[in-house]
Formats: sequence, C-alpha cells, structure tokens
Amino acid sequence: MTSGLWHRMDLLARQLTPSMLTLALVVINAVPLHVPGLARVAPLLPLMAIYHWAIFRPRLLPASVVFLIGLLQDVLGGTPIGVNALVFIAVYGAVLSQKRFFMGKSFAIQWLGFALIAAGAMAISWAAVSLLSVALVEAQTVVFQYLLTLGLFPTVAWLLLRWQRAFLRQV
Amino acid sequence: MREGPRSFNRLAQPIKTLAQRFAYLGLVVTAVGLMILGKVDQLLMDSFRANVTDAVAPILSAVSQPVESVSRAVDHVREIGRLQQENARLRENEARLLQWQSAARKLEAENKMLRDLLHFVPGAEPSFITARVIADTGGAFAHSLILNAGARDGVTKGEAAVTGDGLVGRVDSVGAHSARILLITDLNSRIPVLVGPNRTRAIIAGNNSNQPRLIHLPPGETVAPGDRVITSGHGGAFPTGLPIGEVATVNDNGISVQPLVDRSRLEFIRVLDYGLGGIVRAPETDRVSAEDAKAGIGKGARRRQP
Repeated sequence: MTSGLWHRMDLLARQLTPSMLTLALVVINAVPLHVPGLARVAPLLPLMAIYHWAIFRPRLLPASVVFLIGLLQDVLGGTPIGVNALVFIAVYGAVLSQKRFFMGKSFAIQWLGFALIAAGAMAISWAAVSLLSVALVEAQTVVFQYLLTLGLFPTVAWLLLRWQRAFLRQV
Repeated sequence: MREGPRSFNRLAQPIKTLAQRFAYLGLVVTAVGLMILGKVDQLLMDSFRANVTDAVAPILSAVSQPVESVSRAVDHVREIGRLQQENARLRENEARLLQWQSAARKLEAENKMLRDLLHFVPGAEPSFITARVIADTGGAFAHSLILNAGARDGVTKGEAAVTGDGLVGRVDSVGAHSARILLITDLNSRIPVLVGPNRTRAIIAGNNSNQPRLIHLPPGETVAPGDRVITSGHGGAFPTGLPIGEVATVNDNGISVQPLVDRSRLEFIRVLDYGLGGIVRAPETDRVSAEDAKAGIGKGARRRQP
C-alpha cells in the first residue's frame, strides 16, 4: 500500500518536471545576468523547452500549461499580455502537427526545425508588438535575438534530453 | 483510466480529438482577446501584471542574489588585472576634478548670492527609495526592469528611477512589494527633455534599440553630437535637470542619444519622489507653512527647513 503510494507520488513528481523546467526557464530568462549588451537580445529559453517537450513528451506539457507559461513570460517580460501566450501555443501547435516528421530524426534536422519555427515565432511577436504599440520594433535586435536563441538551442536541448533520459524514461 | 469497449473507443477517439482542437483554438482566441483587452483596459492589465509580479518577486529575488554575487566576483577579478592602468587614470581624473571642484565652489557661492538677490523659490527636495533590481527581462520587444520595492515601500506610479549616472526610466506599474520600471529605451517611453546649451525642447523616444531618438524638435533648432540631454520637467512627470545622455549621432535617419546609464551594470536603483514633499517630511512642511502664515509670509516665499 505505502510502496504503491510512494510509486504514484514519484511518478507524479516526474511527470510534473517538463512543466516545471519550462517554468524555471521563464524565471531564469528574467534574472539580470549583468553581461553587457545581453539584456537586449536575451535568448528565448522557454521557447526551446516548449519545442523540445512538444516533440518528446507533449502529454506532460499540455496546451493549457503552455498558455499559462506564455502569460507569465508576458507579465515578467513586459510585453503586451497575450503576445507570448499566443506565440508559445502557436509553436506548440505547429510542432504537434508535424510530430511524425520530427520523431526519430537526427539532431541536425531538429535544429533546422527549431530554426524555422523560432523564425515564425519571432515574426508573430514582431508583428503583434508592432501592431499593439503602433510603432515598428527595430528588426535588427529581433534578428540578433533570433540568432542567439538559435545558437543556444543545442545546449538547452542537450540538457533537456539528458533530463528526459534520466527521469522520464518510462513516463 | 479504464479502457472502454472497442466500438465505443472508435467513436470516442475522434470526439476527443475534436474537443482538443476546440480547446486549442479557444486558447488562441483567448490570447488574442487578452491582447485586445490590454489595449482597451490598460488599468486592468496593469493590476493583473502587478499582482502576478508580486507573487513571483520572492523567487526572482532569491535567484538574482547569487547571480549578482558571481558577477561581482568576476568584476572584481577583472579589476585586479587592470589595477595599475586604473590607478593612473584615476590620478589624472582627480587632478582634473580638483580644478572642477574649485570652479563649482565659486559658481555655488555666486549662485547662492544671485538666488538671494532674486528671492528664488527652490523646488522641493526629493525623498527617495533605493531598491534592488531583481529582474532585467530582456528581449527585443520590451525593455523593463523589476524592483523589489513596491507600494508598501512608498513607490508610486510615474516616479523617476535614477542611478548615480542618470535617468534609468519611470515607474510603470506598482505591486505591493514589487515595481516595474519602463526603461527610456523602451518602445513606449516618451520623456520631455532639454538638449544642449540652448536648452532646446524635444521628446526622447525609445525604439527598443540601445540608443533612443530625439523627436518633435522645434523647427529651425539644431543639435550637435555631444550635446547633453536632461529632463525638462514639462508635463509634470519628472523634475527638471536629471541627466539622461548625450547626443550620439545626427543624420537623416534622426537624432540618436547615448544614455549615460549602462543597463548591464544596474544593481540598485533610486526611485525619486518629488510629490508633496514625501510622507516623512509632510508634518514638518505643514508646521513651517503655519509659521509662515502667522508671520504673514506668502505661500510663495516659504523657506525650506535645513
């Protein structure tokens, strides 16, 4: 009886980690790192986690949680509320619809997929923020942020994959 | 979950998929709806933002502290390497600053004399709150900071946020114990300023790059690179004379300003309160004005307590 309970709690804790890790990346994204020039082009860490879990464990990161994480990103990031919520679920939906394509493919293909999807995400953010502020956001910084996000993707994806292999093998 | 009979499952699966599709679409519509609602009812969204920020503030505060220590340690090591150079530079600087000091003393004395001559009424001295930066939420789409002080500490919306270098931004929304600062480089930031020795009026407008632009200059006025940009105090939001930056480039694309504040070095920020003398000084001011009234001195000639 007790061992069954422990087992269930253990399982639940493991199942919560994808959402929690994505949430943690939102908070980490907001912490001041005191690196000159970084703040303007800080890479979008949560986007990488959403992409990763949408491919490998979509059941453990449901759309509603993705939406809430997007709202938190909007609140902390100062972007108009709803922008990142929309972008995150758009990314989530786009990956899920192409899930069969991504499964079992090499890492390079996944990276390429992320490049395309992140470009779409940036374009949506750019259009939405420009429209809501009735002013054009400077495209140059957006491109830099995109490139930095792309460059950091392998590191974060590797860490998430390690986590997945260590704790989410049977889940 | 218990599996139903096969025939039931065959029927239930498409319905489940359909329901999931609808739920997904619902989320998309909600997100767009929130964006529009934020445009229509900004106050509601501001309070939502402030409340959520308040809830997350303790976590941000806890996480940002070790990061700050590490960055300080790195800075420290870097400084040790440059100690000799730095020393020479500081010596040179000191010699120059001593000259400036004597000039400033002379001007101060002259200024005081002239003020006395003119019966000049000085503006209110600000009270201030110093707070730690607990989040510097980056990205190309918004430039803002979160401080670990809020309404309970006396921060109110619209106040100026400064460091020793100059203006950082203004308080945009306030929670109970956190506040958001909209940086001068943000797309939504507009601050009336004075430029250069002619005190040309203009508006400094952020554009999400690191160099905000000057707009709405009066026709016929010119500014040159190197001109100082200070707050003008027009519109009543800010006091006059807070340094902002220097004109960096002037060309056909517009006039860009290099801010004095280095965003990556922000750790502590002062929030200035130029309101009605501040909470602490209020009774004293009342007493002085009562004495003045008794003595028959007009309101305009009220003296400040030292």
